[in-house]
Formats: sequence, structure tokens, C-alpha cells
Amino acid sequence: MDILAQQIFNGLVLGSIYAVVALGYTMVYGILELINFAHGEITMMGAMVAISVIGMGLAAGLPALPLILLAMLAAIAVCMCLGLAIERFAYRPLRHAPRLAPLITAIGMSILLQNIAMLIWGKQYIPFPPVFPQGEHRLLGAHVTDVQLIILATTLLLMLALTLLVQRTPLGRAMRAIAQSQPVAQLMGVNVNRVVAATFAIGSALAAVAGVLVAANYGQAHYYMGFLLGLKAFSAAVLGGIGNIAGAMLGGLLLGLIESLGAGYIGPLTHGFLGSNYQDVFAFFVLILVLVFRPSGLLGERVVERA
Amino acid sequence: MKLLSVERLQVAYGRIQAVRALDLQVGEGEAVCLIGANGAGKTTTLKAIAGLLPCRGSIHFDGRSLGQQPAHAIARLGLTLVPEGRGIFPRMSVLENLQMGAYVRRDRQAVKSDLEEVFALLPRLAERKTQKAGLFSGGEQQMLALGRALMSRPRLLMLDEPSMGLAPVMVQTVFGIIRQIIQRGVSLLLVEQNAHLALKLCQRGYVLENGAVGLADPADELAANPAVRAAYLGEA
Repeated sequence: MDILAQQIFNGLVLGSIYAVVALGYTMVYGILELINFAHGEITMMGAMVAISVIGMGLAAGLPALPLILLAMLAAIAVCMCLGLAIERFAYRPLRHAPRLAPLITAIGMSILLQNIAMLIWGKQYIPFPPVFPQGEHRLLGAHVTDVQLIILATTLLLMLALTLLVQRTPLGRAMRAIAQSQPVAQLMGVNVNRVVAATFAIGSALAAVAGVLVAANYGQAHYYMGFLLGLKAFSAAVLGGIGNIAGAMLGGLLLGLIESLGAGYIGPLTHGFLGSNYQDVFAFFVLILVLVFRPSGLLGERVVERA
Repeated sequence: MKLLSVERLQVAYGRIQAVRALDLQVGEGEAVCLIGANGAGKTTTLKAIAGLLPCRGSIHFDGRSLGQQPAHAIARLGLTLVPEGRGIFPRMSVLENLQMGAYVRRDRQAVKSDLEEVFALLPRLAERKTQKAGLFSGGEQQMLALGRALMSRPRLLMLDEPSMGLAPVMVQTVFGIIRQIIQRGVSLLLVEQNAHLALKLCQRGYVLENGAVGLADPADELAANPAVRAAYLGEA
């Protein structure tokens, strides 16, 4: 098997998920300059809800394809409601508070969601039922599963859809307008609260899909899975330039590739001293390196422009 | 019935009272200016009317009380403020800026024809439709801000210091455009450092002093008033 091709492919799959989750971080940051640390937990909630729905559907004898769609829709609906509720009740009252207050609230919200998930679904790893196609293929020397292909197709589609939304629709223009100047956006008749709510809803829907895909890929979910995934996706957003939509996508894909290639080659490179469990070192090392030389991220705008 | 009627307006920044008991009116189709020294409360007044600042007193637009309505709701009524410093969206193209001006409108066909009209009025924008507005000169940004305001089909246009930071030639151009906008029947409330230009353009003027109206007269009378000439028109 061709290790390089395999790691590149794995990296793209992993990275495309980081990218979709990173979009949620970057959209919210772009508009509110808030880091929504609960976003990773939204992803986890999506996975958990989907597993529960699939479990119930299988017991009721539903066929696989409608069941997958049903589980996705349920995960999206629950996560959108969660995202909207968090924005409305946790962040909105603090919109004009000093920046530390919403940040601490976000961390608290993240822990709260973890604990809620632990209460509902327990502390164990929960298996993701094998409802997705389980086929395997060879592609340019890499070993590729159906789930991975589905992940790539879905995430690319989502990224394309989001790009169109942000670039071409009135809602997308309003989001960008608020990011550039909130008072002027209001003068244009933009209802900031409504657009912020829509942003949270969209980001949460993306996170829901990403959560389901991640759980399907690894075949399991866990109440704590959102933490590292969220941290990585946040790093991806920072790597690409937080607040920048294209940057989140680029950062996600790059981080996935770096991590995957790092995991594949770290053993041979260190003569076995470090194993693939050190893959995160690579990802965060690159992140630190980029930020030292380009603090605004790869595609980030220089901050002075806001003045 | 006046189009805009402001009574006993008070605005404070913390403990500092920036506007104290200010009254002003703008009639339908009228062009009115606010002149006064720096810190007299001109910008604060416009922002309060637009809903960007919390205030006390009463503001009626078209017979309707604006109360403490949020800025986005006020903008939907046809009361459009072009803020100090123009407030264009620098990372959007000219076209997108203009589309933002029509954000609240759902009459797509009319928006399209208004866009053509704005481009006809401001050909410089038409040439640079797809360019990012942040790359523009101050005068071009002011033109864009005016064009964007027109896209909302304003009934009352409030302009805050449209000549600020512009080269003299550009000031003439921008005021020429504002004159054309007035001729279309849009009512105007203008805040302007350059009192000379403002009084020439408008029918009436208010002179603000320390957050209240010092003088309210027809523009030609203000321009002839020795006190105004000495204080604001740069004559000894």
C-alpha cells in the first residue's frame, strides 16, 4: 500500500471535517469577535442524537438510507435549536459586556453540554450502528472506504453551499456587513440580532453534519469527543485566519493533511522514538509556526483595517 | 405636518450631556442644515435620530413616534443616515455596497432600475462596479455612500460631514451630487463643517451651541448674520 497516497487521502477526509466545524467558529468570530467554545460540543451532540435516532429506527425496522437522512435531519434540528438557545440566553445578554465575560461563558457552556451528554448517553463510547455503506475501494494506491467518500462529498457540498450563501445572498451580505461595521449595517436596516441568530443556526447545522460524519467514520461517539475536535477545528480557523470563510476551509484541510502526514511519518522520522499518537504535536507545531510568522493566519486580514 | 420633528432631544455620553433640549424640524422636500463648532452636538443629534444612541425627548418621523425603536427599524421607515466618515463596507465591492443600501427592499425590479439610475448619476461608480470599496479615495467613497443611501429610496436623507477630508474639487463634485438628490424631492438634514457651502445649499439652518439650538433661521438670513459670519464663515 502506498503510504503517501493513503495519508494524503486520510488527511483530506479528516481535514474536510475540521473545515466544516471551523466554519462555525470563524463565522461567529467574524461577526461577534466571540470564540464560541461550545461549538465542539454541538458537533458531539449531533453525533449522539444521530446514534439515538438510528438506534430507534433500526429497532423499528427502517431501511438504511431513509434512516440516515432522518438521523441527519434530527441531528441538524437539535443542534440548530441548541445553537440558537445558547446564543439567545448565554451570549446575547453579554453582547456589550467586557470580552472576558462571554469567553468564560462559552467555556462554561462547553462543560455544561458535555455533562448533559454524559447524563443522557453515559460515559462509555457508544458504537455508531453500521447503517452507512461499508464498501472499500482502491484509489491511486490508497485504501478508501465508502464512508470516507461520503464524508468528502458531503463536506465539499456544504462548503460550496456556504460559500454561495455568504457571497451571493442578502443574508450572506448582511453577515459580512455586520462583520465590517455593526452600526452601519444597522443603518442599512439589518436586524443584527436576527442575523447573529441565523449565523449560529447555520454554524450549528454544519457542526451537526460534521458530528454525524465523524462518528460514522470512527464507528463510535463519546461525550468528550467534541473537545479535541473543537480545539482542532478552532486551530484550523486560526491557521486560515479567523473570521475568514475561505481561511477556515483552507486551514481545516491543511491541518488534516499535516496531522495525517505527521502521524504517518513521525515514526520513521524519529526512528520509532515518537509514535503516531504524537500526531497532534505536528498539527499544533505547525499552527504555532504559522502564527509566529503570520499572526493573522494564512488568509487573515490585517487587523488595522477594522479601525 | 413636518416630516421630521424633534422635541426636547437629550443625549448623554455617561455623565456628559452632549445634547440638551434640542428642537428641530424638517419639512417634506426641505433641505435643512445644522452648523456649529466641533463638539456642539451635531453628529450626536443625527445618530440619536437614526437610533444609534439612546436618547430622551420625542422624535416623530412622518407622524410616527420613533420612541426607542432600534436603528434597523428606523432605517426601514425611509430615514437614512450617511454617517461621518462615510461608513462604506471596505471589503465589499461597489455593487455589493449598493445592494446593501437596498437591503430592506423586496421590489426587485425597482431596485434594478434604481441601480441603473445611481450608476447614471455617479458614472465613476459604474466603471468600478466590481472593485473593493476600501481601495477608493475619500471622494469616491463619499459618492458610494450617497449612492448606497439612494438605493434605500430615502424620504429623509441625513448626511454627516460629507465634505470632510475631501479635496476642494471633490467637495464641489459631492455637493453637486447632493444638490441633484435634493432636486429629486428627497428631504435633507445636513451636518456640515463648511457652513458656507451648507447655507448655500439649504433653505433653513440651525446653529448649534453646546448641545442646543442657538439660532434657527432661513439660510440666507443666517449667512447674512454678522455673528454667524464671524463665528462660522471665517469673517472678522
